[in-house]
Amino acid sequence: MAQVSLHRIAPESAAEAAAALGEAAADGRRVRFRGGGTKLGWGTPGPRPDVELSTERLDAIVEHNEGDLTAVLQAGVPLARAQEAFRAAGQMLALDPPDGDGAATIGGIVATADSGPLRHRHNTVRDLVLGVQIALPDGSVARAGSKVIKNVAGYDLAKLLSGSFGTLGLITEVNVRLHPLPLETVTAVGRGGDPSALAAAASDLAHRPIEAEALDVSWSGDAGAVLARFGGASAPERARAALGVLSEAGLDGEAVDGDGPLWTRQAAAQRSAEAMVVRVSATQQGVAAALAAARGAGGSAVGRAALGLVWIALGEASPEAVHELRRQLAPAPCIVLDAPGAVREAIDPWDESDPGRLDLMRRVKERFDPCAVCNPGIFAGGI
Amino acid sequence: MAGRLVDELRRICGAEHVLTDRHQLRTYESDGLLQYHAVPRAAVLPGTGEEVAAVVRACHGAGVPWVARGSGSGLSGGALPVEEGVLVVLTRLRRILEVDLPNQRVICEPGVTNTAISAAVGPSHFYPPDPSSQIVCSIGGNVAENSGGAHCFKYGFTTNYVCGLEVVLADGSLVHLGGKELDRPGYDLHGVFVGSEGTLGVATKITLRVVPAPEAVRTLVAFFASPRAAGHAVSAIVSAGVVPGAIEMMDRLTIDASEKMAHAGWPADAGAALIVELDGPENECEARFDEVSRLCGEAGATGVVIARDAAERDVFWKMRKAAFPAMGRVSPNYYVQDSVVPRTRLPDVLDRIDELAREYGLRVGNVFHAGDGNLHPLVCYDAHTPGEAERAEELAGQIVVACVEAGGSITGEHGVGVDKKRYMPKMFAEDDLAAFQKLRCAFDPDGLANPGKVMPTPRLCGEVPGPYREHPLERAGLAERF
Ligand SMILES: Cc1cc2nc3c(=O)[nH]c(=O)nc-3n(C[C@H](O)[C@H](O)[C@H](O)COP(=O)(O)OP(=O)(O)OC[C@H]3O[C@@H](n4cnc5c(N)ncnc54)[C@H](O)[C@@H]3O)c2cc1C
Repeated sequence: MAQVSLHRIAPESAAEAAAALGEAAADGRRVRFRGGGTKLGWGTPGPRPDVELSTERLDAIVEHNEGDLTAVLQAGVPLARAQEAFRAAGQMLALDPPDGDGAATIGGIVATADSGPLRHRHNTVRDLVLGVQIALPDGSVARAGSKVIKNVAGYDLAKLLSGSFGTLGLITEVNVRLHPLPLETVTAVGRGGDPSALAAAASDLAHRPIEAEALDVSWSGDAGAVLARFGGASAPERARAALGVLSEAGLDGEAVDGDGPLWTRQAAAQRSAEAMVVRVSATQQGVAAALAAARGAGGSAVGRAALGLVWIALGEASPEAVHELRRQLAPAPCIVLDAPGAVREAIDPWDESDPGRLDLMRRVKERFDPCAVCNPGIFAGGI
Repeated sequence: MAGRLVDELRRICGAEHVLTDRHQLRTYESDGLLQYHAVPRAAVLPGTGEEVAAVVRACHGAGVPWVARGSGSGLSGGALPVEEGVLVVLTRLRRILEVDLPNQRVICEPGVTNTAISAAVGPSHFYPPDPSSQIVCSIGGNVAENSGGAHCFKYGFTTNYVCGLEVVLADGSLVHLGGKELDRPGYDLHGVFVGSEGTLGVATKITLRVVPAPEAVRTLVAFFASPRAAGHAVSAIVSAGVVPGAIEMMDRLTIDASEKMAHAGWPADAGAALIVELDGPENECEARFDEVSRLCGEAGATGVVIARDAAERDVFWKMRKAAFPAMGRVSPNYYVQDSVVPRTRLPDVLDRIDELAREYGLRVGNVFHAGDGNLHPLVCYDAHTPGEAERAEELAGQIVVACVEAGGSITGEHGVGVDKKRYMPKMFAEDDLAAFQKLRCAFDPDGLANPGKVMPTPRLCGEVPGPYREHPLERAGLAERF
C-alpha cells in the first residue's frame, strides 16, 4: 500500500475552511474533520484521508447572551470551556456527554449527536442547536436556523447536520439555547440484581409527573441501579418520593446529595478505551432486555431509562458479540461506537439496512457533497 | 391537465373523492390566510397512506405539481393550491393507529387534530405543543409548519415531539424515517422534514412522543401600565431561572377585542396583561409561583389576579386564545405577523412597532408568546378604504424588518409559505438559500411538491453536480481501504 502523507490544515475562518473544501473537491482529495479528536474512531473505517481539517483555531465563544439564554460558539470551542463561561452566569448548555477530559469540542459533539444524562429533561443536540453555519465542498459558507429560540424560516439544516458525522460539510459555528443551572440537586438511587425490576421501576418513575433532571439505569457485574436526579427548591422532597417508589419495587434505596460524581460516572461509562461500546436505540420497554443482554454477555451498561437508550460495554470486542446483541435486541438498532478498527471493518457499525432510507440519505449526500470529499465512507450505508 | 390524470385519481380514490367542479373546489381556494386564493384543477381526498402514494405517483407520472392540505388553518398560505395542480386533502386520514403509553408514543394519521392526541393519552399524559388552533388544525399541518403554542417555552415545539414519520416522497415512493426509538442510525431526516411546509413530501403516518401531565398548574394574570413594563417582568422571571409553562402578553387593543368575546372583566386602564402559568410538581410549582408574583410586583404590576380554579384559568386562556378571532370585531380586516426577537429586545421592538403604527396611521394590536420573543402584531385595516390594505402590508413588512434587524426571525411558528417568502432574503444570504435548495432537490428533484412556497424565487434542481465518484488515487490503485 502506497503511503500518502496526510496534509493538516487549521483554518481560521469559515470562509477559509470552505475554500479548502472547494479545492479538495476540485482535486479529488478526501478530507477528514477533526475537533478534539475524541471520537475519530467511530463509524466505519473509511478510506485514508488526504487532508485533515482541524477546527482548533475556530475556538471563539462568539456570543453569550445571558438575558436571552442563548450563545454562539465556534465549532472548535471545547464544551468544558463553554460550560465554564455559562456557569459564571448561572446557566448551562444542557449537554453532558462524556467529554474526553475536556477535549471534546462543540462541533464534534453536534456532528456525532453525542449526549449524556441531562438529555432526560432537556433533550439533546438536535433540540438545543438553534442554528448552524457550515462550510460546504462547493466552496460556500451557508447558515441555517437563527439565534432565537423560536424560528421556522427555512429548512432546519441544523437537524440534518446534527449526527451527520461530518459527511455533508464542516460545521463551523453553532447557535445554542441555554438553560438555568438547577439550584441544588439530589439523586435517589435504587440498587438491585434483576434487570427487569430495575427497568420497570425506572419506567414507573418515567410516567410520574416528578420532573426529574435525569433518569438513568446502570448495570455492572451482577447488580445494577436506577438513578433519579432532582433539582430545584423541592428536590429533597421529590427524591424522597422517588425513593418510596424504588423501595416498593424491592430495590435498595439511598438519597445522595453532592451527586455530581455519580452522574459524571454515568456519562463516562458511555465510552471505553479497551472494551467495545454498543449504543442500543430501544424503546422504554426495551431497556430491560438491553440490560439483560449486557448481563448475559458479562458486560456493563448505562442507559437513559425513559428514552430507551442504552450503552452496553463488552470486555471482548468481536463481530460475533455484535451479531449476538443485534439478534437479541432486534428491531432496536445497535450502533457500534468504540471498537477496534478490525471489528468496525468486519461488521456494519451502523446497523442500518432499510433500502428506502439509505437511498434518500445517499441523495442528500450527493447534493451536499457530490464528490465525496467530506469524511467519506464512515457513515451509514457507506456514505 | 390531462383528463387521463383525473381518471387515474378517480380510479385510485373513488370518483366521490375527486373534486373537479369549480364551485366545490372553491372550498379549498385559501388556507387561514384569506388574502391569497387559487383554485386547483382537482382536489383529491385519499383515504389511506397507500392511496396518497398512488396519487402522488400519478402526479409524478404526469409531471403535475401538487399541494398537501390538512385542515387549512395555516396562516402563511402554505396550503394555497397551485392552479395547474392537484390539491391532496388529508382530512380523511384521521385515525389514531396506536396508543403505546408504556413507551410514551402515539402513532397517528396526518388528518388527526392536535387536541385528539392529548385526549387519547389523558389524563395521565399529554401532548405539549398546543397551537391556539388546536381543535381544528391537523397533526400533519403541525409537522409541516413545526407549530408551536403557548406552552412551548417550557416544553418545546412540534419538532421536539416527532420521532418518526412515514413519508410519501415526490416520486410516490414511501419511506419510513425515524421510529419509536430515538437516535436511529443515519441522518435525522424526520427532523429535517418537520417544518418543511409540504415541500419535501406528504407525511402519512406520524409517531409522536407524549409526556406525563403535570401534577399542578398555577396561573396568574398581572396587569401593567405598558407592554414595555410587562416586558421587564418577563425578563426578571426568566433571569431568575423560572421556566414558566407559559408566559403570554396582550396589549390594550387586544384586551379590548378579546373582552368582546371572553368577558373577563379585566381592568379597563391596564396597558398590558401578562398571563403566567407555572406547571409541574405541586411543591415546586408553589415555591416558584410566589416568586413570580413577587417579581411581577417589583416590575411595577398594577394588579395581579390568581386563578382560584380551573374555571378561572379557562377564562384567562379564553382571553388569550380569542385574540385573533376577536380582532375581527374591532377591525374589518387585519394582517397577522409572526416575527421573533431575542427576548431582551422586546421592549425596544415594541416601541419601534408603536412608532411605525403612528407613522402609518394604522392600529397595531400585540399579542404574543413573551417567553419565546414570538410577536403576533395584528395590523388593523379596512380593505374598503382605498390604499389601506397596501399600507397595512407595508407596515407589516417594516415590522418584520425591525425584528430581523434586532437579531430575530421572520417567522416563529406560522411558516414562510407564500406570504413571507419575499422576506427570506432579509434573513438568509444567497449561499444559505442555495443550501436549502440542495436539500429540497434531494427529496424532490422535479420540484412537484408544493412549488412556489418557502423559497423567494423559483429554482430548478438540475442534475447532481458531479458523480459520486471513486477517488482518483483509488482508481489509480495507489490507495486502498485500510
Ligand atoms: C385562529 C388561529 C390560531 C392559530 N394559532 C397558532 C398557534 O398558536 N401556533 C401555531 O404554530 N400556529 C397557529 N395557527 C396556524 C395553523 O393552525 C398551524 O400552522 C397548523 O399547524 C396548520 O395545520 P393545518 O392542518 O391547518 O395545515 P394546513 O393549513 O392545511 O397546511 C399547512 C402546511 O402544511 C402542509 N401539510 C399539511 N399536511 C401535511 C402533511 N400531512 N404532510 C406534509 N405537508 C402537509 C401544507 O402543504 C401547508 O404547507 C393558527 C391559525 C389560526 C387560524
